[in-house]
Amino acid sequence: MTEPRRAIGLRAVALQTLLVLAVAVLVYGAATNAAQKLAKQGIVAGFGFLSRNAGFDISQRLIPYAAATSTYLDAFLVGLFNTLLAAALGIVLATLIGFAVGIARLSPNLLARGLASAYVEAIRNVPLLLQLLVWYVAVRVALPPAEAPASLGGAAFVSQRGLVLPRPDFSGAAWLVPLAFLAGIVAVGMVRRRARIAAETGRPPVRVWLPGLVLVLLLPGLAWIGLGLAGHPVALHWPARGPYDVEGGLPILPEFAALVMGLSTYTAAFIAEIVRAGLSSVARGQGEAASALGLSRGQALRLVVIPQALRAIVPPLTSQYLNVTKNSSLAVLIGYPDLVHVFMGTVLNQTNQAVEVVAITMAVYLALSLATAFLMNLYNRRVTMVER
Amino acid sequence: MGCVVLLFATPAFAQATLAQVKARGHLVCGVSGGVAGFSIPDSQGQWRGLDVDFCRALAAAIFDDPAKVRFIPQSSAARFTALQSGEIDVLSRNTTWTLSRDTAAMNFPVITFYDGQGFLVRKALNVASVKQLDRATICLQQGTTTELNLADWFRTRGLTYQVVTFANSEQTLGAYESGRCDAYSTDKSSLYGERLKTAHPDEHVILDEAISKEPFAPGVRQGDDPWRDLVAWTHYAMIDAEEAGISQANVEEMRRSALSPDVKRILGLEGKYGEGLGLTTDWAYRIVRHVGNYGDSFERNVGAGTPLKIPRGLNALWNQGGLQYGPPIR
Ligand SMILES: N[C@@H](CCC(=O)N[C@@H](CS)C(=O)NCC(=O)O)C(=O)O
Repeated sequence: MTEPRRAIGLRAVALQTLLVLAVAVLVYGAATNAAQKLAKQGIVAGFGFLSRNAGFDISQRLIPYAAATSTYLDAFLVGLFNTLLAAALGIVLATLIGFAVGIARLSPNLLARGLASAYVEAIRNVPLLLQLLVWYVAVRVALPPAEAPASLGGAAFVSQRGLVLPRPDFSGAAWLVPLAFLAGIVAVGMVRRRARIAAETGRPPVRVWLPGLVLVLLLPGLAWIGLGLAGHPVALHWPARGPYDVEGGLPILPEFAALVMGLSTYTAAFIAEIVRAGLSSVARGQGEAASALGLSRGQALRLVVIPQALRAIVPPLTSQYLNVTKNSSLAVLIGYPDLVHVFMGTVLNQTNQAVEVVAITMAVYLALSLATAFLMNLYNRRVTMVER
Repeated sequence: MGCVVLLFATPAFAQATLAQVKARGHLVCGVSGGVAGFSIPDSQGQWRGLDVDFCRALAAAIFDDPAKVRFIPQSSAARFTALQSGEIDVLSRNTTWTLSRDTAAMNFPVITFYDGQGFLVRKALNVASVKQLDRATICLQQGTTTELNLADWFRTRGLTYQVVTFANSEQTLGAYESGRCDAYSTDKSSLYGERLKTAHPDEHVILDEAISKEPFAPGVRQGDDPWRDLVAWTHYAMIDAEEAGISQANVEEMRRSALSPDVKRILGLEGKYGEGLGLTTDWAYRIVRHVGNYGDSFERNVGAGTPLKIPRGLNALWNQGGLQYGPPIR
């Protein structure tokens, strides 16, 4: 019996070695072929172009950037941060909407159930690209024109050019406010740990959500007020109408809003299905037992059903998160300057370094995917260890 | 994806482009996806325009048949990769000749159209000059000289603007028309057609000013001199024919009754000038017969008789106040 098995093992190893060799030869051949062809056409390969001046403007910049002084590397970073921002926000919103809809699909309330399944069916069956265009074109048309923006109490404006909010200036002493916000997040982590320990050791339960929310909002709020009292108030740049547009505040561009809304509502429909399947996978008796113990439906869900369902939810959820990041590259179709738009679109064309630019872009998406998968795997490990 | 093609395509241009085109039986020509008057499919799906005619002229010279061309639309961002990867033989697509493109990407054998960057704005804005667009929002297409010129122009004048960039002209025009931008900036020649595509063309104007030089040139791969010559002389043949008074309408008659040695040389009645290009002696006659001279093509596609009504301007012949000047065929 051991003889044939070893033979199979050997053959498998041999085949795999051959495969790896074949791939290596192919990659090597392609690379040398490309290098030769490029050299023949007088194209200089390498990454030196990244330090050259970019010379073009970008509509949304999360880091300092100016056409005249910034480099192609800066342009790359601008695009990268724009991708990260849209993807991160898309993931958070998609998760919130997805869980709400998924839970609603199992609700005893007929209306909630009907609405939730209508949402899932409608959204899942229309291509994302179309949905992005609806968010970008149709929603924008419904807003007031740029000449007559709607004023929200004089503090913010909304029009077809987007939403402009007052912009707090966190330079100088005011950096304490974002710092307090970060401290709030750390504090929430600590509360969560205590809650877990309490649950594991059978001590009275510790509430997480309400104190968490208070910490995250209260700490920066206190810092803000404190700075004001100490004579270093946080400066606010108020938006005001200029000759063409509202200027001076913190603009939320329609391209950004459309991308985030499109990505999150689309992905939410898939997450809702994952959540529904996950919840259904938990034995019915669990929920019934919980209510027999006197827990409300909400408590039963939160304390008994969801923690068990997460085991089934997290792995497919991870692949949805990866999808959000990858789908965010559709941004190029609605003019949002994400990595693909800025780097593969403009920089590739202005520098003509196609191979380098495509390679860098692919590496970035690969790294983002691996990082997301890694974090989700960590979380998954924690979730699967929950024993109840 | 262009890059994959670039990596795996057989080393196609180890062979000269002309030999390849002849062996294939047709020319593959990269054009823009829809710039009225330059390259746009008509209601029958036939490609029409000045840039299209240029490729038809090449096909006429090579095959004596202007239909032996396959047109592949290229976005601004993909066009150079398409040429380098061997997907197209020639790029005939309102592409501005710049030094960096010339050295890094391709060769530009000849300028076929002289243009400049302009602005399309709503009449209701009452804007008469580009300066008045200070602090305005401007829509444009990415991967173009347009984005670079705009940044320079506003900065050197201490003016500011907000940019929104898109990947193709359809999206750019859509955004402009729906009010996302105050102005739409691109080559003036393209704006004539873009304005006509709006729902109410008379609500929009093209500002008079041009803020840049945009010499359009066809593009070929570096390192293929015979092909580069052929592309350059195809344009010169159209210019020289116009200067010599040979048009599509009179070319047969001229060929029968030609006396001037200039005309005889162009029409292949004297000398064997086409052979140097790897073509037949009647190569230029073929071009004029099938496609016309430069003026014929200009009038047919963008001239006063078309909805675009682009003035001849810099594109008039050199002896009529323009810049179009063909070296002698001899
Ligand atoms: N001449 C400029 C701009 C050329 C360009 O791409 N123009 C656009 C704006 S109209 C265009 O042709 N678009 C057609 C398309 O995307 O198919 C350049 O060479 O960079």
